[in-house]
Amino acid sequence: MPPQGVHRGLRLSGKNALQNQIDIMLKAYHSDIKPSEITDREIYLKRRQFLQGGAALALGLTLPGCDASEPKPAASPPPTSPKKKLIAAKNEAFSVNETQTSYKDITRYNNFYEFSTDKEGPAKLSKAFVTRPWTIRVDGEVDKPQVFDIEDILKTFPLEERIYRLRCVEAWSMVVPWIGFALADLIKKTGPTSRAKYVAFETLYDPKQMPGQQTGLFGSGLKWPYVEGLRIDEAMHPLTLLSVGLYGEMLPNQNGAPIRLVVPWKYGFKSIKSIVKITLVEKQPPTTWNISAPGEYGFYSNVNPKVPHPRWSQARERRIGEFRKRETLMFNGYADQVASLYTGMDLKKYF
Amino acid sequence: MITHSKLINRWAKPAIFILALLPFAALLWDGYTDALGAEPIEAISQRSGDWILRFLLLTLTITPLRRISGWNELVRLRRMLGLFAFFYACLHFLNYLVLDQGLDLAFIMEDVIEHKYVLIGFSSFLLLIPLALTSTNAMIRRLGGRRWQKLHRLIYLIAIGGVVHYYWLVKSDIREPLLYAVLLAILLGYRWYHHWSRTMSGAAQNGQINPTLQNIVGANSFAHKGNPVKDN
Repeated sequence: MPPQGVHRGLRLSGKNALQNQIDIMLKAYHSDIKPSEITDREIYLKRRQFLQGGAALALGLTLPGCDASEPKPAASPPPTSPKKKLIAAKNEAFSVNETQTSYKDITRYNNFYEFSTDKEGPAKLSKAFVTRPWTIRVDGEVDKPQVFDIEDILKTFPLEERIYRLRCVEAWSMVVPWIGFALADLIKKTGPTSRAKYVAFETLYDPKQMPGQQTGLFGSGLKWPYVEGLRIDEAMHPLTLLSVGLYGEMLPNQNGAPIRLVVPWKYGFKSIKSIVKITLVEKQPPTTWNISAPGEYGFYSNVNPKVPHPRWSQARERRIGEFRKRETLMFNGYADQVASLYTGMDLKKYF
Repeated sequence: MITHSKLINRWAKPAIFILALLPFAALLWDGYTDALGAEPIEAISQRSGDWILRFLLLTLTITPLRRISGWNELVRLRRMLGLFAFFYACLHFLNYLVLDQGLDLAFIMEDVIEHKYVLIGFSSFLLLIPLALTSTNAMIRRLGGRRWQKLHRLIYLIAIGGVVHYYWLVKSDIREPLLYAVLLAILLGYRWYHHWSRTMSGAAQNGQINPTLQNIVGANSFAHKGNPVKDN
C-alpha cells in the first residue's frame, strides 16, 4: 500500500500550515534554479537556421537578404485577440526562471483526444467549443457537495500566474505561464470527510461538440469520458493548480477551457482538461490512460527519468523550440517540493 | 502508334519521378518557411515515414496490377517506386540519427535495443539497403535473375516490418497503421492466392522460366513480349 496522509500538514487545518509550506518552498525554489537550466537561446536559433538553411540550399535558393531566415524570439507575445484578458499577479515562488514556450506553440501543439489525435487538430476543431455556461460539481466524500459556476470560480478564487514546466509522456516538454489557483482552495470549500483518500476528475462528455468522442474506442482508442485521479495529498499539494488561463488570457479551448488541472511533476496526461466533475473518494479511482494500457501508464505517472516507458525512453526530452534534447529531471524538477509525498514507495512499482 | 513501353518511358516515368519528389519538395519548403509546426523533427519523421509506406505499397501494387491488366510494361515503373521508398527511408533514418538523436551513439544503441518499434524499423531499413544496391541492370545480370528475385522477396518482410513499426509506435489511435496493414494484407494475399492457384492447376511447372533482366525491369528489347512472366 502506498503511504497516505504524508502531507498531513496541508489537510484542511487552515492557513498556517499552508503558509508554512509555501515559505519552505519559496526557499527551496530560489536555490534550485541553476543557470544551466535557462534555455540556451543560441541552440534554438541554430536549429531554426539549420532547418531553413538546409532547405534553402537544397532548393538552390540564396539566403542573403531573405527575411524568412531571420531568427524569431522563442517567446512571442500572444497575438491580439478578442479573448478576455485575465489579470493575475505572478507567483515568483511557484515559477521557474526558464524561457517560456511561445504562445503559438503552446496553442497549436496539443494532446486533446476529445477533439483529435493529431497535435494540430485540437486548435482547429475546438474553435466552436462552448465553455459558457459551465459548472463543476464537487461531490463524494465531502460535507458540502456543491456545484460551482465558472463565473463564480473566477470571482471567488484569487488568480495568480505560475510558470511551470510541462513534461509530456511522449518525451517533449514546454514551459507554460498558467493562470489559476490551488486545487486545494476549491476542495477545502466543500469540507472533505476523513474517508476522502483520493480525488477523481472527469472531463465533459459531449460528442456533438467533441468529435474525438464520436468515434469511440475505434478512433482515439480511449474510453470516454476522460477520467483522472490523484491521491488526496497530491491534490492538496500547493503546486497542484486549477488553471483558467495562460499568457494573460482565458484558457484557449485547445488547452482545456474553461478549467483544467495542472500537476507539474506528473506527465501531462494527468493534467485533465475541461473538467465538469470532481469527486472525493475512498478508493483509488480509474484513470483513462491506465484503462487503455495498464502496462504503460500507471496511476501515479510521476515524471521519472529512471522509469522508462516500454516504448520510449524517459531519460531525455525535447523542449519545444529547442534542438538538442535535455535530461529529464526527477519529478520534472519539482523533487524538492514533492519527493516527500512518495517516501518509502517503490516508484518502479507505482509508476 | 504509341506503344505502351514508349508511353511509360517518355511520359509516365518522368511524370512519376517528379510527382514522387513533390512530398520531399513540400518538406523542404515547409522547413524553409518554418511551417513544420512546433516539433519540426517529429513532423519530418512522420511525413517521411508515411511516404516510405506509401511507396512500399505502390511498389508492391505493380505485380498485381500487371497481372490483372495484362499490361506487363508496368514493371518498368517498379524499380523507380522501390528506390523512392528507399529515398524516403534514408530521409527518415538520417532525420532520426542526426536531428532527433544528435548522432549520440550511446542513446541510439539504447533506443534500438530497448524499444521494439525502433528495432523493427531499424532492421527494415537495413534490409532495404541490399535491395537498393542490387537494383541496377548490372547487378541483376551479375546475380542472375533467380538469385536476384530471391533476394528481392525481402521486400515483403520489409513492408511488414514497416507497418508493424508504425503500429507499435502509435499510442492508441491505430486507424492509420491499420489501414496500411489492410492494404498490405490485400497485396500479399493476392500473391499468395496467385501462387496457390497456379500450383493447384499445375501452371507453375510450365511457367518455370528463369526471370530475365527484361521481365525484371522491362528492358528495351521486347522480344519476350507475351512470354509468361514470373516475378515478385
